[in-house]
Amino acid sequence: MMLDNLLAPLRHLGHSSINAIWKLGMMSRFLLAILAHSGQSLLRFQLTIREVYFAGVLSLIIIVVSGLFVGMVLGLQGYNTLSRFGSADALGALVALSLLRELGPVLAALLFASRSGSAMTAEIGLMKATEQLEAMSVMAVDPVARVVAPRFWAGVISMPILAALFNVMGIFGGYLVGVVMIGLDEGTFWSQMQNNVDLHSDVINGLIKSLFFGIAVTLIAVFEGFDATPTAAGVSSATTRTVVTSALVILALDFVLTAFMF
Amino acid sequence: MKRSIIDLWVGIFVAIGLASVTFLALKVANLTPQGDNNSYTLIAEFDNIGGLKVKAPVKSSGVVVGRVSNIELDTQRYVARATLTLNDQYHFSRDTSAEILTAGLLGEQYVGLVQGGEEENLKPGDRVQLTSSALVLEQLIGKFMTSFAEGNNKAAAADAAAAETAP
Repeated sequence: MMLDNLLAPLRHLGHSSINAIWKLGMMSRFLLAILAHSGQSLLRFQLTIREVYFAGVLSLIIIVVSGLFVGMVLGLQGYNTLSRFGSADALGALVALSLLRELGPVLAALLFASRSGSAMTAEIGLMKATEQLEAMSVMAVDPVARVVAPRFWAGVISMPILAALFNVMGIFGGYLVGVVMIGLDEGTFWSQMQNNVDLHSDVINGLIKSLFFGIAVTLIAVFEGFDATPTAAGVSSATTRTVVTSALVILALDFVLTAFMF
Repeated sequence: MKRSIIDLWVGIFVAIGLASVTFLALKVANLTPQGDNNSYTLIAEFDNIGGLKVKAPVKSSGVVVGRVSNIELDTQRYVARATLTLNDQYHFSRDTSAEILTAGLLGEQYVGLVQGGEEENLKPGDRVQLTSSALVLEQLIGKFMTSFAEGNNKAAAADAAAAETAP
């Protein structure tokens, strides 16, 4: 009895580890199932286009506005720090490099996870709770092919586009603060940027990052929706899990990708 | 939501994405199509290149005329060999000198070319004959310290001599 009490925390730890690994395995199998059913959903591309509209187009506003403000803040803070060392000329390079390499892909992915990922989870979870997915199966329509795969591909397509747009808006924000507001020389701003930004190692690598984030976020979102307990409380906790897990995975994945790339 | 409206919006969305990537490639990363025919290379050998890096600018009278495309150590003579890729519209005489300079106090290092007086120009692949190395701060301080110490010794010797002659 005494021993049982002592071992309880260990048992708890073991249980949650097994659960985590089990979930990881389920998620990998789910990814394989999505890929296996992708052919069908790519043939009926209209479904994917519809989901691109809901996941990508409707995220435009939040991406544009946050990108602009992040760029403006970078411009202000960067100018304050750089001008102490007499190198305010490098502001363009600072803004562009921090956005392209880290902030653009990461922040766009975080916004995408909370805006579109949570919506996907809630939608699929509610479909499950109201037994729509089972109804599809009864009608010999595979819910993975009809519901999940189009959403997955829509997320994978939308994420790099949103990240690129975030970068552009951020650089424009930095330009607004640096050149229009503070009055740095416009030519120096752009030429410093162009001298220090490399197409392959900065622009392309940033987009590759956002592609990985797109895959991770959308996979988590559709899996949590599909895996949700079919009750109101289950759907709500699945939505929360999507946002939390996505945020953690994005940041961890960012570290790994950065270590590999730069 | 009508299908045609969704199609239109997704089309706009993808077009915005393509425009963003193009903007990042052309305006931010300055991807300009660069054929090999509008540039040529020169070799410059330095005893010490300091903090010179690949892609550092090559300037003449402050105008960027090319970039450092490669830096390697010549293991025969142990000097640094920098390959300079210059724009084809700029040519320099055979007695041009190359030096490694620093932009500002803490700025990046670049290669400065000073045009000589000879009629004949350097041909692609030629070696720049006159070069001067980068200033390395430690060596500079070292030299200063030695000359300062020598100066002190001389002054002390002069003092001693003066003390001897005086009764």
